[in-house]
Amino acid sequence: MIGFVSKHKWAFIALLSLMMLYMFEPSKGIQATQSTLSNFKSVGMILPPIFVLIGLLDTWVPREVMVKFMGNRSGFVGGMIAVLLGAMGAGPLYVAFPIAAILIKKGARLAYVFLFLSAWVSVKLPIFMYEWASFGGRFTLLHVISSLMIYSIGSFMMERFLSLETKTMIEDRAETLSA
Amino acid sequence: MSTSILYIIVLSLLFLSFLKDRSKTKKALKKALKSIQKNLSMMITVMMFMGVILTVIDPQFISMIFGKESGIYGVLLGLGIGSVSFMPSFIAFPLGANLLESGAGYPQVAGFISSLMGVGFISFGMESKYFGTKVALMRNLLALLASIVFAAAVGGLL
Repeated sequence: MIGFVSKHKWAFIALLSLMMLYMFEPSKGIQATQSTLSNFKSVGMILPPIFVLIGLLDTWVPREVMVKFMGNRSGFVGGMIAVLLGAMGAGPLYVAFPIAAILIKKGARLAYVFLFLSAWVSVKLPIFMYEWASFGGRFTLLHVISSLMIYSIGSFMMERFLSLETKTMIEDRAETLSA
Repeated sequence: MSTSILYIIVLSLLFLSFLKDRSKTKKALKKALKSIQKNLSMMITVMMFMGVILTVIDPQFISMIFGKESGIYGVLLGLGIGSVSFMPSFIAFPLGANLLESGAGYPQVAGFISSLMGVGFISFGMESKYFGTKVALMRNLLALLASIVFAAAVGGLL
């Protein structure tokens, strides 16, 4: 029991804060619960296909293929694939973490995985037209171009800053979290 | 819309996989189930925090803050609120469009939207579980930087 609670301590803290909100301001508590439930619904819809995709990727794509297309020597192609994969992503950022883990596990270069995450949050094809309609073309194009520039440079810099130990640690975690 | 496309793609891939190799497909589905189990608690946590924060920092609160003459402070506030809160883009975009209509400036909204999508204060715990605190911190700072640059570019060019 204690093991279960400590393993999921953040879930309990989140639940506790939800209950506190309810106690101090019931109307806000109800609102927060409703918004949480609507999150469950919308994200719950995306999770099954995403995880099936991860499972298929894990069983069908051999490590050599991933290394060839997104590994250390994949060059520009690897970066392009990372951006495209991220741009196709549907859903909030945290849905991308398990996908990033399977990419790392299969031998993708870390800088490209960071680039993938960055594209996921900035260049989103499924909602591109929606952004255009909401804010106009110049705003949207500026968003895409400035993000891609900063994130491409930043992803490689991040990789450079990491020590070998940190990189190994990330690979180990990816291995256990997506085993 | 994009969700149904996702389903169509994944179901076709699954079908292809099933035609080619049944046991491999079974293995893939088992893995899918296992990784859902591994991630569920973390994701539910993020969603609950999201519910709480979205209630405290609700759209009305945000509209109140982005006044007409909020200037650079408005941009900073936009970046700050965007970083700590988290909402799906189908809520964020109409909200941003509303803010513009009610008189907020483009740079403020740009900083808000970009950090909203990229800087994940609430999912930080989950992110550090995957990549370690250092990487999580670096990636979030990078996203913040990208948001600042975007807000500045919008301020200068729009």
